[in-house]
Amino acid sequence: MNEAETLRELRRRIILAATTAREGHIASAFSILDLLWVLYGRVLRFKADQPKWEGRDRFILSKGHASLGLYAVLAHHGFFPFEELQTFAGFTSRLGGHPDSNKVPGVEASTGSLGHGLPMAAGIAYGLKLKQSTARVFCVAGDGEANEGAIWEAALLGAHHRLDNLCCLLDYNHSGDRALLTGDLAAKFAAFGWHTAAVDGHDHAEIFQAVTQPSDGRPRMIVATTIKGKGCPPMEGNPAWHHKAPTPDELDGILAQLT
Amino acid sequence: MNIRQQFVATVEDLLAQDPRLVLLLGDIGVFGFRNAFAKFPGRVVNIGILEQATVSFAAGLAREGFIPVFHSIAPFVVERAFEQLKVDFGYQRLPGCFVSVGASFDYASLGCTHHCPGDVALMQQVPGMRIVAPGNPREFDALFRESYSGGPTYFRLSERAHTQDGAVSFGRARVVRTGTRATVVVAAQSLEPVLAATADLDVTVLHYTTLAPFDRETLAKHTSGTVIVVEPFYTGTLAGEVSAALSAQSTRLISCGVPRQFLTNYGKLADHEQACGLDAAGLRARISTVLQ
Repeated sequence: MNEAETLRELRRRIILAATTAREGHIASAFSILDLLWVLYGRVLRFKADQPKWEGRDRFILSKGHASLGLYAVLAHHGFFPFEELQTFAGFTSRLGGHPDSNKVPGVEASTGSLGHGLPMAAGIAYGLKLKQSTARVFCVAGDGEANEGAIWEAALLGAHHRLDNLCCLLDYNHSGDRALLTGDLAAKFAAFGWHTAAVDGHDHAEIFQAVTQPSDGRPRMIVATTIKGKGCPPMEGNPAWHHKAPTPDELDGILAQLT
Repeated sequence: MNIRQQFVATVEDLLAQDPRLVLLLGDIGVFGFRNAFAKFPGRVVNIGILEQATVSFAAGLAREGFIPVFHSIAPFVVERAFEQLKVDFGYQRLPGCFVSVGASFDYASLGCTHHCPGDVALMQQVPGMRIVAPGNPREFDALFRESYSGGPTYFRLSERAHTQDGAVSFGRARVVRTGTRATVVVAAQSLEPVLAATADLDVTVLHYTTLAPFDRETLAKHTSGTVIVVEPFYTGTLAGEVSAALSAQSTRLISCGVPRQFLTNYGKLADHEQACGLDAAGLRARISTVLQ
């Protein structure tokens, strides 16, 4: 399987898991999938069989509702068996609608309430510096999440404490626009003292280049323009699919359209 | 030494002993900890006035093996950052200490924004959150040393201190004296007025400095009939615990605490204690009526 085929297979697994569970934030999972693909495939240091390995880079999914995207990538890298995805959101499953750090190998933070993950990532980054560790912290937050005041509190903390071991990717899928326009988030984080970059959140080369740029002493914010539901045309940019799974009748038609 | 000075002394000592400890000050207590800033660079931080992110940030430190101690005024620790305490520490089961000052109305003259009689009741809503309400500086020192590393713990510091001796132990009520007509469950600093109010009364007095987990066993063992709870926070906060402790017994429960209303008067701490009936005279009147 080449890279495109593997990603299509991950999308297929995500849709199947959500269909079985009869729920799931598929469109959000798809908007972050390329970001996670690049991070876990080419950037993060980790040992899937030792998820707590001290030297690992930490990853925090601040927008926890995109958990299916994270689960698919973690399973792909061997943190747990792929078959477990089919238990998604079941009563005794480890894999919930938001990730639980006490249940899922590889999950560093229990998120779900928006605005918690980025400040927690900042605390982890600060703690790693205290330990003189060279491990890095990566975080994915969302543009809707950037409505939360705690994101901007974290922006102040990250800049003040010069957390150059912290890199946040902001999944700018414009899901927040219907409520509150957040505008030019790269300019806003730059004004808060972060090193910023803007990328196409589905262009692997651009993501990789931005994420691996050497730090200049500031924390980094990579604003990634993404398409909610990317890879499944009927879902792309369609708010009806924000938290919805295909019915069994719809399933074959949806799967056939995966790109 | 008042309880805030004791907080400084205890934490400074522990910073030297335990490299896991990291102190985050919400822009208060900065002068008190002036020596610690110099002695423990990076581990004593004036984090600023941003309580929500601070609690999440503290959880990140805890995730990396540190024990964060966050200090601010009660409403800003508990009420402003409540969801962060619930999710980042409670749900994730991470260790950390939240040390508040101000209690119910220590900052009497600053008004209701700085009062926090609801903190204990709120913290009771977080499963696994431990609540410690020391009655004086000595008790704070002992309880903090015993419990700071054992899980998420809220320490409620009040300016008001009792002068009684007696060892305290985390998770255990202290049997101060025994009697037959009623059991007085007294929390934290209220021990002093309770002892003054009941000096000549035939009652059992149980002193609680750990409010969660609540020592149900000691209460069950020392109760027959009437239980009078003296709680210097919202009235009824401990009623559920008393009820759970005594579920097998027929009990009359009387709660003496802070009424659930905005206390819009200013003045001093003692004025509010008197207005709420939590001073010795008020408690004497209330308890005498109950025992009639």
